[in-house]
Amino acid sequence: MTLRDIINKLLRRQPASASTARERLQLVLAHDRSDLSTDILDQMRKEILEVVAKYVEIDMDEGAVSLETEDRMTALVANLPIKRTLNGQIKLIEPDSNPQVNPKETENIGQNSQESFDS
Amino acid sequence: MGTDTRVILICSGKGGVGKTTLTANLGISLARQGLTTAVLDADFGLRNLDLLLGLENRIVYTAQEVLEEECRLDQALVKHKQESNLSLLPAGNPRMLDWLKPDDMKSIVNMLKEQFKYVLIDCPAGVEDGFKNAMAASQEAIVVTNPEVSAVRDADRVIGLLNTNSIKPVQLVLNRVRPKMMASQEMLSIDDVTDILALPLLGLVLEDEQVIVSTNKGEPLTLNSINSPAAKCYLNIAKRLQGEDIPLIDPIEESSGFGAKFRRLMQTKIF
Ligand SMILES: Nc1ncnc2c1ncn2[C@@H]1O[C@H](COP(=O)(O)OP(=O)(O)OP(=O)(O)O)[C@@H](O)[C@H]1O
Ligand SMILES: [Mg+2]
Repeated sequence: MTLRDIINKLLRRQPASASTARERLQLVLAHDRSDLSTDILDQMRKEILEVVAKYVEIDMDEGAVSLETEDRMTALVANLPIKRTLNGQIKLIEPDSNPQVNPKETENIGQNSQESFDS
Repeated sequence: MGTDTRVILICSGKGGVGKTTLTANLGISLARQGLTTAVLDADFGLRNLDLLLGLENRIVYTAQEVLEEECRLDQALVKHKQESNLSLLPAGNPRMLDWLKPDDMKSIVNMLKEQFKYVLIDCPAGVEDGFKNAMAASQEAIVVTNPEVSAVRDADRVIGLLNTNSIKPVQLVLNRVRPKMMASQEMLSIDDVTDILALPLLGLVLEDEQVIVSTNKGEPLTLNSINSPAAKCYLNIAKRLQGEDIPLIDPIEESSGFGAKFRRLMQTKIF
């Protein structure tokens, strides 16, 4: 965050457009580089969720499977908050404050525990 | 010559970002350093390199007649008036696009390698056959882009193709940089673009009205007005290409006075 960003925030001004450009580019390039269509990506997302749901109960609304890219390496990142395991045991794993994204196609199932579970 | 010739593809993906202007100015700058240089207009559909170099009236034969063996290479090459180390091989008729194959480009470039230290290939926009033919004949590449989302996105496509075709090194030229807009963060910064594309920066070229003036006259900036901002940038790029260690200019440093001090302060990272 730069001094300008802070002043913009204080004045409730729009942030300078360069940061918007950067974010939009990073997103669109992750898709371009993976060469996956949105359809295929959606299908993959659905299947991943189905497989994971066989073992643990996950929060379907919170779950996200997305492509991220850095240094021309694209990673498939899945962040699936676990409500509870299927045999009833609640797994409370502290969410990694700074999840490591491994370059190359890694599937990184972050286990974000929810506070509002019922058991 | 022969084996130590450097064959450099000048490409971008997106059209109108400054490939032909860079090719013309690099050609002049390298020739001025005493290096024999050929510029090859591979934009057969919409040729322009002849116009930018002011050589449009001196074309007799083109790459097409050379390939069809209707003339010798040296009959088609157009030598620049002031810089005799620089020659243009003009693009042929747009109908060449119908039959031209990667091997044709390779054989033209192989002929040029016999005589020149540098062969610069001015690529057409897009990633279709015109680009692919030119890429087939190249060893290294310069990707030209502008600090704008569409140009950067298209550059990324091209870089992907260059990587899969083992073209290297691939270096970046960031053209039409506006220091004031960068300083006020209304334009992608140098670091933004080099980080996103993950390419080494060969140089940046400032936005400069003199570019248009020089195009009007058919005299590349580097030929005369060495003092224009863009001309300096082109010269530096040519020197870096030759391995000289020329520091990059900081576009924000370029704008001076109180305004610049203030803009620098605003750019300071707080956290
Ligand atoms: N640094 C600059 N400052 C100002 N204008 C520029 C600069 N560089 C290029 N231009 C202008 O941008 C336009 C496009 O330049 P140029 O023809 O070199 O692009 P190109 O990438 O070769 O285009 P095409 O894809 O159509 O072949 C021209 O009008 C040129 O004068
Ligand atoms: Mg052009």
